[in-house]
Amino acid sequence: MADNPFPLDRDRLLAAYRTMRTIREFEERLHVDFSRGDIPGFVHLYAGEEASATGIMMHLRPTDRIASTHRGHGHCIAKGVDPRAMMKEIYGRKGGSCEGKGGSMHIAELDVGMMGANGILGAGAPLACGAALAAKSRGQGDVAVSFVGDGASNQGMFLESLNLAAVWDLPAIFVVENNAYAESTSRTYGVAVESYVDRAGGFGIPGVSVDGTDFFAVYEAAGEIIDRARRGGGPALLECEMVRFFGHFEGDAQTYRAPGEQDDLREHRNCLTRFRAAVTETGVLSDAELDAVDAEARALIDEAVVQALAAPEPTPDDLLTDVYVSY
Amino acid sequence: MPAGITPVVMPKWGLSMKEGKVVDWLVADGEEIAVGTELMDVETDKINGAVEATDAGRLRRRVAEEGRTYPVKALLGVLADETVSDEEIDAFIGSYVVPADDEDGEAEGGYDVLEVDGIRVRYSRQGSGGATAVLLHGFGGDLDNWLFNLGPLAAVADVVALDLPGHGQSDIALPGASVEALAAFVVAFLDRLDIRRAHLVGHSLGAAVAAQLALDHPERVAGLVLVAPAGFGPEINMDYIDGFVRAAGKKDLKAVLGQLFADESLVSRPLVDGVLRYKRLDGVGELLETLAAGLFPAGRQAAQPGRRLDPRSVPVTVVWGSDDRVIPVAHADAVPGGATVVVLEKAGHMVQMERAGEVNELLLAQLG
Amino acid sequence: MARTITMREAINEALDQEMARDQSVILMGEDIVGGAGSPGEDDAWGGVLGVTKGLYAKYGRERLLDTPLSESAYIGAAIGAATCGLRPVAELMFIDFMGVCFDQIFNQAAKFRYMFGGKAETPVTIRCMVGAGFRAAAQHSQMLTPIFTHIPGLKVVCPSTPYDTKGLLAASIRDNDPVIFCEHKAMYDTTGDVPLGSYTIPLGEAEVVREGADCTVVAYGLMVHRAVEAADLLSTESIECEVVDLRTLSPLDLDTVLESVEHTGRLVCVDEATPRCNIAADISAQVAQQAFPALRAGIEMVTAPHTPVPFSPVLEDAYVPSAAKVASAVRRTLGKE
Repeated sequence: MADNPFPLDRDRLLAAYRTMRTIREFEERLHVDFSRGDIPGFVHLYAGEEASATGIMMHLRPTDRIASTHRGHGHCIAKGVDPRAMMKEIYGRKGGSCEGKGGSMHIAELDVGMMGANGILGAGAPLACGAALAAKSRGQGDVAVSFVGDGASNQGMFLESLNLAAVWDLPAIFVVENNAYAESTSRTYGVAVESYVDRAGGFGIPGVSVDGTDFFAVYEAAGEIIDRARRGGGPALLECEMVRFFGHFEGDAQTYRAPGEQDDLREHRNCLTRFRAAVTETGVLSDAELDAVDAEARALIDEAVVQALAAPEPTPDDLLTDVYVSY
Repeated sequence: MPAGITPVVMPKWGLSMKEGKVVDWLVADGEEIAVGTELMDVETDKINGAVEATDAGRLRRRVAEEGRTYPVKALLGVLADETVSDEEIDAFIGSYVVPADDEDGEAEGGYDVLEVDGIRVRYSRQGSGGATAVLLHGFGGDLDNWLFNLGPLAAVADVVALDLPGHGQSDIALPGASVEALAAFVVAFLDRLDIRRAHLVGHSLGAAVAAQLALDHPERVAGLVLVAPAGFGPEINMDYIDGFVRAAGKKDLKAVLGQLFADESLVSRPLVDGVLRYKRLDGVGELLETLAAGLFPAGRQAAQPGRRLDPRSVPVTVVWGSDDRVIPVAHADAVPGGATVVVLEKAGHMVQMERAGEVNELLLAQLG
Repeated sequence: MARTITMREAINEALDQEMARDQSVILMGEDIVGGAGSPGEDDAWGGVLGVTKGLYAKYGRERLLDTPLSESAYIGAAIGAATCGLRPVAELMFIDFMGVCFDQIFNQAAKFRYMFGGKAETPVTIRCMVGAGFRAAAQHSQMLTPIFTHIPGLKVVCPSTPYDTKGLLAASIRDNDPVIFCEHKAMYDTTGDVPLGSYTIPLGEAEVVREGADCTVVAYGLMVHRAVEAADLLSTESIECEVVDLRTLSPLDLDTVLESVEHTGRLVCVDEATPRCNIAADISAQVAQQAFPALRAGIEMVTAPHTPVPFSPVLEDAYVPSAAKVASAVRRTLGKE
């Protein structure tokens, strides 16, 4: 048996890989099905960013809350939302996470601490401050995590939230998933500072930046700041630097990219191949084990699509329900 | 007061009334007025009612204008015989000054609060005279149920009216959900006020409480006047009780309260408003449910102290409206011999309001 | 025990009693305590107009949170906390400031329950000052209620008396949906009879404050008082108005309005909000649609003009609908003007 140099045991390493692979398969499948015209509305795919969601979420428990972005499938899966419920939701069917009434951009599962993907960029940050405030009042060491992209990191609500979290000393973690593009606009254009660590410092909170395609780097950095927040150490900012594989939305022609950029990303900035290489080279996990996980993940996604297509559509009555608790 | 002139003034219904709006004159200039004649309809923020003449005479001048509001004791009209000239009446009207209100003008309108056995209760006390009368309202009521009776009684007696626990502006708490528990509470209340002996005037549930108290402590009770009393038979209109407890809005409540009167038009907006405000206080709903369950298990009156009274040791007067839809007037048959029983025709359960003049006469006779 | 207190005191009392009753109720807002971090007194303000004064002494800074000048963050935090088991009452000092936090209100709080398939509850109350008459000028005097009533998922309350204020605020806080609770700044010093104990008034229940057979006058907030003044004036002309105080704007108790119009046949809607798409327009359209046969005359609306709120006192006084204007509108429905 090989020595395990990683901060996770074999089971947890396998679980990390499974989560990342499930996200990848989910997104890849949506890419294909969307291009066939099967999926209503908009989807924003997380492929290429799996290590960020996974490395962070592996430190969280169901009572910790996360507020996600429009590009939320990865956050959902990593937080424990059932991909089958998610797929039904994306297809607008009853039995979906939101009974078909939210869609891809609004998937939520409050029971596992997923406060919702959000169509308004930056809106999750104040909500996460609220979740952190509630966590602080419960006094059980829970934290709240807000995910924003490089684009939304400029949104007033996000910046105000950094200050609020600092002023109120909240157990709030702000994760900037810098995936290089805000729609078509490069991060280098849209963000005036070189480093998000400087931005954090400007608001009086600690910041750290990691390579978002390196699961272990994310895991370690996230672990430290989440732990500190649990112990009352206050808010922090984590930048995960990476590049998304697909467009801003499915259907995005992506002419803002350099020629061959996507192939290059899959080759050189692919968190799954990177993880596989690291664990197999040290002999902690075998290719066969990882291949089995690949197959299981694909099967799960296949099943999710089959179930989604079979699920009933909402009825006209469903249009009017659940606007209020009581009216 | 110039000879031969009798003013008709705005009455004071209850302790907090400051003014009333004259809605309608019911009599014309020159009419011969008897005591008890209804002169005009007046609206206050608590109740709508008719001003009854307290004196007889010819109505020479109607001073009050319909639609206008006048303070308590303002001049509304002038009674005078033919010997008085119009000029003398003009002069009287011109020189009339509204007397200052007796009360101190405190926000609470002259009420007091007393803590008895851990429950704070609101009460009023006014008047003086040989006798002391203690007025006890019924289920879901409050001391304002005696609005038309307090003033006239206070002219001849020391009159105490109380909001029972869980009612009116008293604490929302019960000493127990039974006639016995309420009677014991009232005794403790009397002890706190150093009232050794009093006439107890009770309406509905309050009458059963009064009767129970007379059975338990006959030496404390100079006499009983029981108005539309509970405690003389098992029947009770549970539609009314349940309806009262359950009514959540004005419309429902107005329909329920209509059952209290023979003339349903007496259920005015101020009356419904007042009851609704009480019912919306936190805890009242549960309290009334608990009380109803304790008093009327399986829809029948559990306690019937009235039937065990001995009118030879404590004088008893019973007044009932013939059209009482809450407690049947037939229960009057169970009143023990030796009591005075008066049934007023075309009156409902709130007979002390519907026929205030006649009830006041009976009360004054008892207390005098 | 009931006694006479101001609307300001009624609000304070409701907040106090709800905080005592339910530990999950917290307050947040700018200067709701006051003096945070400053060298002078703590509880320096108790709210910009003193509404929350004294609560800090009872509940401390754990449950009364002064906020930075940062509406989108702290209104959003209140909303987020509401989805996590707290029951926050956040103060948006002036409804005019909704621009800097409206997303959190209309895209987040209002929509969670629906978007998440019925699985979310957002029991947040957002208190805000509304209305003109204070010479506070265009950006601090608006009646923006229609913007909130337009949004499905929000409830909107605007009381006109201290009694209604205390009961409706308690009910709003206990309500499990997001409620925008509007306090007219010009009415904070008005007084009325208010029970000492706690009580609630249901949301979505209008009140007929005055009965009459000739014309229905529907109003809310400060305009209820203008309507009653107009009714008193018209009474001397033998015209009796029925005045309906909406109290809650969403959900709307249209039934009470319809019932009234059925027997008067005439409707005047009074609204301090500017005329395009305001509450008056909303109610007029619904009544015309649902009770047209009962109408004996065209519906009249008395509203502010389509302008920002002016500063100069003579202009502001002309801006806010007056009792005289309401009376004229009533006479018009009767063909008497």
